[in-house]
Amino acid sequence: MNHARGGWALLGLTPFAVYVILFLLIPTVLAAGSGFFTDDGAFTWNNMSGLFEPAILQTFVSSAWVAGFTAVVGAVVGALVCYALLGSRPDGMLRTVVDSASGVLAQFGGVMLAFAFIATIGIQGLITQWLLTSFGINIFEGGVWLYQVPGLLVVYLYFQIPLMVITFMPALEGLKPQWAEAVATLGGSRRVFWTRVAIPVLLPSFLGSTLLLFANGFSAFATAAALISQGAQIVPLQIRAALVSETVLGRQNMAGALALGMIVVMVVVMAGYSVLQRRTQRWQR
Amino acid sequence: MTIKRALAATAAASLALALAACGGDSGDDGGSGGGETGGTDGTAAVDAATATSAEDFGGFEALVAAAEEEGELNVIALPENWANYGEIINLFEEKYDITVNSADPDVSSAEEIAAADNLRGQSTAPDVFDLGSAVALSSLDYFAPYQVQTWDDIPADYKESTGLWVYDYTGLMSIGYDSDAVPEPTSLDDLLGEDYRGKVAINGDPTQAGAAAAAVNLVALQNGGSADDIQPGIDWFEELNDLGNFLPLDPTPATIASGETPVVFDWSYNNLAEAKNNEGMRNWMVTILPGVAVGSYYNQAINADAPHPAAARLWQEHIYSDEVQNLYLAAGAYPVRLQAMVDAGTVDQAALDAVGATPEDLVQFTAEQTEAAAALLAEQWAAAIS
Repeated sequence: MNHARGGWALLGLTPFAVYVILFLLIPTVLAAGSGFFTDDGAFTWNNMSGLFEPAILQTFVSSAWVAGFTAVVGAVVGALVCYALLGSRPDGMLRTVVDSASGVLAQFGGVMLAFAFIATIGIQGLITQWLLTSFGINIFEGGVWLYQVPGLLVVYLYFQIPLMVITFMPALEGLKPQWAEAVATLGGSRRVFWTRVAIPVLLPSFLGSTLLLFANGFSAFATAAALISQGAQIVPLQIRAALVSETVLGRQNMAGALALGMIVVMVVVMAGYSVLQRRTQRWQR
Repeated sequence: MTIKRALAATAAASLALALAACGGDSGDDGGSGGGETGGTDGTAAVDAATATSAEDFGGFEALVAAAEEEGELNVIALPENWANYGEIINLFEEKYDITVNSADPDVSSAEEIAAADNLRGQSTAPDVFDLGSAVALSSLDYFAPYQVQTWDDIPADYKESTGLWVYDYTGLMSIGYDSDAVPEPTSLDDLLGEDYRGKVAINGDPTQAGAAAAAVNLVALQNGGSADDIQPGIDWFEELNDLGNFLPLDPTPATIASGETPVVFDWSYNNLAEAKNNEGMRNWMVTILPGVAVGSYYNQAINADAPHPAAARLWQEHIYSDEVQNLYLAAGAYPVRLQAMVDAGTVDQAALDAVGATPEDLVQFTAEQTEAAAALLAEQWAAAIS
């Protein structure tokens, strides 16, 4: 009986498994694998050792920095938003609106998002020009930062914060009022409840969400590609450069090595995420 | 990789069989249809994919007939506003009964070759390339040799001896600027001034785009560097960025029209095209700094695996005809046959006067110099402008 059910379950899984293998696993293996070969198909370690050149290492550092900064800021701000929402009625208007808006905005990345920012705070952007003509404030006084790494930080936060809201909110909602009551009954203060109960319970979920944000920021490409056209400061842009450059030639397979480098970082991050996720779920049953 | 290669080999082999079959068929048709014109007979007799001149087809008329029979031509990386390619394509379609399919106008030279690889054996593969020299020289295996009728007009240094690649046109590295937004720059020092805060852009990332690399090269030459040492160029852009004058945005016709990129380093033909596009809306002026000028020829080449081999060869004849060479000139690019056309009196004198004679001190980077410069840029550019 059990065995038969397992068979049916496997059958049900097949479409998904085939899909993942065809469109995720095989392309990933082919792309990352290309890093081990030269253009002529001979095996080489050159691309792998190229990963450790100072210029390339620097882009990994920048990528990690962009992802890390937006993850931490996004997580803190997002958690505060969640905390504020906790005071509203669960089925109330405010909660519903913020919830669904976050769901949409967390996926609002790529060229559309870049364009939205260019149109509002680009050089000819609505807000930029309004500040300039009405108040004489030039937000690009010290250089046009929107199209450099600082611009990425601002733009990434736009989808990082909502992502934090949708991933962290369930954990906060899982804080049972009975726990606070129990602490109070035993003579504990509000402060004790937060430091001894709420924060330890929430920490794995908070860190897990932060890691998810990190992974999200680390792998974002289209937004950065639409904003940054000079320098390829982060790894996904380096991959683009290696693939399309018409001045530095013969680095197509370097792109595979870079991709593999990113995969390694992502595997580590996602492994951390799943460990934390398991700890989180203990309190959400 | 090995699997991919095996697959590619199988695909190529089956394609070759298919082609052979087709070739056989058309040969039979040509033989049985006794009443056909001489031109078509020529087509049947010659394998367009290995023809190296119009004579191989039995004359230019036969080449036209063979190309029209194919009926289509795939071009790639030819923006309509780049060196007059819009008009050049239109003229080709007007003169011959051939549809031009223009794919991916904005891709780089490297992507043209990648497209030839990825689309090999398909009817959508590019027939002809227009490539920067670095990519052309490293992709010789992809090209089929062909010598146009005007072959002798082209200086020997400007073509591969069998016609694998041939220079077609060059621009000069120029500065385009919106004269309502900024004063005319007369030297590089001007661009470091207060008037240009956050306004100076170059066309692309020099570690990826040839035009942008040429901008750095020009600055290097004007700033005490040489074709063998472009460090002063990178240093100058670093200073430009530190002052907040560098605008790290890829200029496009849209950014120029909207005023986002008021100063743009680009090839003269691109900047002149912008001047024309923005007529009546924006005063887009083009200046070439006095002193050393930098040029860089692009190269025409035929895809060895062109799906329309005869049309590809006819396109070459088209490119090197007086008409199209004059169209390049009208766009502000110097065509490769310029001197011969001046001598023969077939040049569009009005266009030449508008563009001005080629400067005395015109530097062209050799393949090795370009490669060395690119390597230095790859190492330093990201750090210099961040």
